[in-house]
Amino acid sequence: MSVPMTPATLGLSREDLPNSYIGRSVPRPSVRKLVQGRATYTGDVTLPRMVHAVFVRSPHAHATILRIDTAKAAGMPGVIRIFTGADLAGVCEPWVATLAHLKGMKSAPQRPLPIEKATWQGEAIVAIIARSVAEAEDAAAEVTIDWAPLPVQTDMETALDPDAVLIHPELGDNLVFTRTAEAGSVDEAFARADHVVEATFHTGRHTGVTLEPRSILADYNRAEGTLTVYQATQAPHMMQGVLASQLGLAEGDVRIITRDVGGSYGIKVHVYPDEVAVAAIAKVLGRPVRFVADRFESFVSDIHARDHRATGRIAVNTDGTIVGFDIDDLTGIGPYSVYPRTSAIEGNQVVNLCGGPYDFAHYRCRTTVVLQNKTPTCQYRAVGHPIATAITEGLVDLAAEAIGMDPIAIRRKNLIRDDAYPCTSPAGMKFEGLSHHKALDTLIAMVQPERLRAEQAALRKKGIYRGLGFASFIELTNPSPFMYGIGGARISAQDGCTVRMDPDGSVVALSGVTEQGQGTEAILAQIVAHGVGVPVERVKIVTGDTQVTPYGGGTWACRGAGIGGEAALQAAVALREQLASVAATILQAPAGSLDVVMGEVVDKATGAARMPLAELGRLVYFRGDTLPKDMPREFVQTRHFITKDYPFAFTNGVQASWLEVDTDTGLVRLIDHWVVEDCGRIINPKLVDEQVRGGVVQGIGGALYEHCLYDEDGQMRTTTMADYLVPMAAEMPDIHVGHVETPTGESLLGAKGAGEAGTAGAPAAIMNAINDALRPFGARVLAQPFTPERILAALGRC
Amino acid sequence: MSRHHSISLTVNGERIDAMIEPRLHLTDFLRDHLGLTGAHAGCEHGVCGACTVRVNGATVRGCLVLAVSLDGATVETIEGLSDSGAIADLQEAFVTHNAAQCGYCTPGMLMSAADLIDHACTDDRAAIREHLSGNYCRCTGYQAIVDAVEEVAKARMGKGGAA
Repeated sequence: MSVPMTPATLGLSREDLPNSYIGRSVPRPSVRKLVQGRATYTGDVTLPRMVHAVFVRSPHAHATILRIDTAKAAGMPGVIRIFTGADLAGVCEPWVATLAHLKGMKSAPQRPLPIEKATWQGEAIVAIIARSVAEAEDAAAEVTIDWAPLPVQTDMETALDPDAVLIHPELGDNLVFTRTAEAGSVDEAFARADHVVEATFHTGRHTGVTLEPRSILADYNRAEGTLTVYQATQAPHMMQGVLASQLGLAEGDVRIITRDVGGSYGIKVHVYPDEVAVAAIAKVLGRPVRFVADRFESFVSDIHARDHRATGRIAVNTDGTIVGFDIDDLTGIGPYSVYPRTSAIEGNQVVNLCGGPYDFAHYRCRTTVVLQNKTPTCQYRAVGHPIATAITEGLVDLAAEAIGMDPIAIRRKNLIRDDAYPCTSPAGMKFEGLSHHKALDTLIAMVQPERLRAEQAALRKKGIYRGLGFASFIELTNPSPFMYGIGGARISAQDGCTVRMDPDGSVVALSGVTEQGQGTEAILAQIVAHGVGVPVERVKIVTGDTQVTPYGGGTWACRGAGIGGEAALQAAVALREQLASVAATILQAPAGSLDVVMGEVVDKATGAARMPLAELGRLVYFRGDTLPKDMPREFVQTRHFITKDYPFAFTNGVQASWLEVDTDTGLVRLIDHWVVEDCGRIINPKLVDEQVRGGVVQGIGGALYEHCLYDEDGQMRTTTMADYLVPMAAEMPDIHVGHVETPTGESLLGAKGAGEAGTAGAPAAIMNAINDALRPFGARVLAQPFTPERILAALGRC
Repeated sequence: MSRHHSISLTVNGERIDAMIEPRLHLTDFLRDHLGLTGAHAGCEHGVCGACTVRVNGATVRGCLVLAVSLDGATVETIEGLSDSGAIADLQEAFVTHNAAQCGYCTPGMLMSAADLIDHACTDDRAAIREHLSGNYCRCTGYQAIVDAVEEVAKARMGKGGAA
């Protein structure tokens, strides 16, 4: 097989093949169990002798643990055992979350439960194990911890001051990581440019609020020496490796099973100390231990994200040419970098992505990542993109305003030309093929801005202030080992899929990527049905079991379709060739003369049916005695896929927001929202649209409502869903989605990621729309979330 | 065991006798005592809607109802409504429109949607959004859910064009 596989050599025309499911809105089979309440989430799994873990959490943001008294709690009804940090010290190794390619990065060792001090409010300190959650909670109330409160460092702006409170004195300071990317000659170019505009942007610290809280059920079998963990995670194989190394087990003795997951968005791809504690405790007790976080615990211990302040400058000439960007980004990540992906990636992404859609020469961007006494932050949907897009698109709009240019015109002038690829951005990102101009044209046709501008002008005369805002963006998908692997993390960038045919002609595909509601399993079924040549209903997909599926990275950074999907396609096509080859032997047909179409072996030339797959299965599986002795009997193929030519498959898109600002109340009403994105080959248009819409609404949450607020003592003030506002149905607009398709040439499938595009661009589009609405007042807001209070303050009305 | 109280009630048409602690809320009773895991605990203070079920025909938050108060009551959950076919059209529309992604909110969302369709049927999208605004969904952005409910509302109201 020295000839490279291409659609043409395989006889596949993805668009035209009658039995192709690629590009069709096939309904997701798994929705039926969801609508009947018959899914199985980790919290639905019970095992014999199962006990429950409840955590006593630190009430202080920074305090030394003087003494822990568990005597009374241990005597409470139903209590099995109580664990402190010291109790787990000999069971579980501490971990340090750094990556070697993030030069100079440092972080402190972290344990499942701390021994000496707490460094954020909500950090798990003591684990109560009891027969029921209620009994464990009763006992938790009787645990006494003597604390010596320490000064608190919450403000990231002062975290590097000489008199800053050191979170981990042994590190010497609170600096985790800093990096500056520089291209061209920024100072000289800015000095020569016609205009330089400067502004400071804030993105609010917010969190994922997965409706299913973090959940884990760990069971250690002493007889086998095996740890079986049911866990709501996006990366089962990564968790297998982490738990094995931390608990001193062989990787092969740890099995992670991930059933249905109730939302993740990046929240469930990290290693959480309380979950590691549960696994360690299960190993000690030799029985199943379950932990399901409650909502308060979710708010104080799920990772947060996007606590950034960025001061940016854009240099622009009077003709609208963008000369360069100069950005200084600062982020506070809490007291520990989160294992194993680290909490420096978000800032690093800001450095990589600012200015991304544009053709310009002079670039400087620095990120500074510091420690503080707040909940740890880490990767959350669209990691760094909403920040970089808000900075970039905010500056572009301010530049347009400064030179009196239309926001669409300045974008048209500066977006990288559609025929300029491949190319490399000033930040060093390699772009294989993007479609900014085609996407903008498509968006403009949908939005019809002249119509809205006329409406805006007419309404302003009536004292109604509407705004139209745009945001172009790029999105990093299909990551290679350049994301984590080169830094030493055992996080797989490749993924595998095994496809087999069973005797009745049904097909089972085992995949290393995972499903959390995106529709991963649905698109895998479509790809496999297409590749093998069977009705999609005949395909069953298995994910989320490290002992069953091929090794893979799981689902994150928009890699499920592009990486997992490609592995599935290659395995499926190989199986089809195998089926046709065996059938040719049995039917004494010339090699290569048969094909498989909709569950039937057919003659390739005429399409005439030759044998149903069920008959082929019957013969091979049950009547092997009737077949030639040397005929191969395998109806199973495995393929693994990894991208090789580009570190990341970038996608692009553009969004527009049309909204109304009530200048008396400061309330924003979203009227319409448009997105055009280019995720390469679209496998299932409806699922892509729904990923985009859900992503936009998550972006809207960060832009308008969601904020993890802290007081000066480091106490989080928004720890219930009544205090922390999330987008609900009534406030959300209908979202119109359009597409451009620029497939990646790295794979047969051509798919790139689609899950984060909505979140990447929505906050910037909304910010620009609000500021467009406020323009008659000379007011602007640049700090998310854009609350009524902040908008009224910008208007000088509060 | 003096802390336990005896209750008898009907859940999805089945007579249930149970000894329970007075502090047990209905969601935990359904999930932990009866194995009916379709109702989900999302916030446990009545905000997210994931635990929405029916008690004596009324739509309630399971986490805000103490099970001990339900002696003699009739409870219906997503499992019961699925078996009876009472909301089959809504469920089918949710499948067609991909109105469920992770599915954790879905049983509660269907309960609230059924409440609207059954008692104040409207195909006005703003009214549908308003009625569902007590049910949090992080995945879909709500539009597909509104599409599904609108379609069923139109069909139930006898308006043409609905699938």
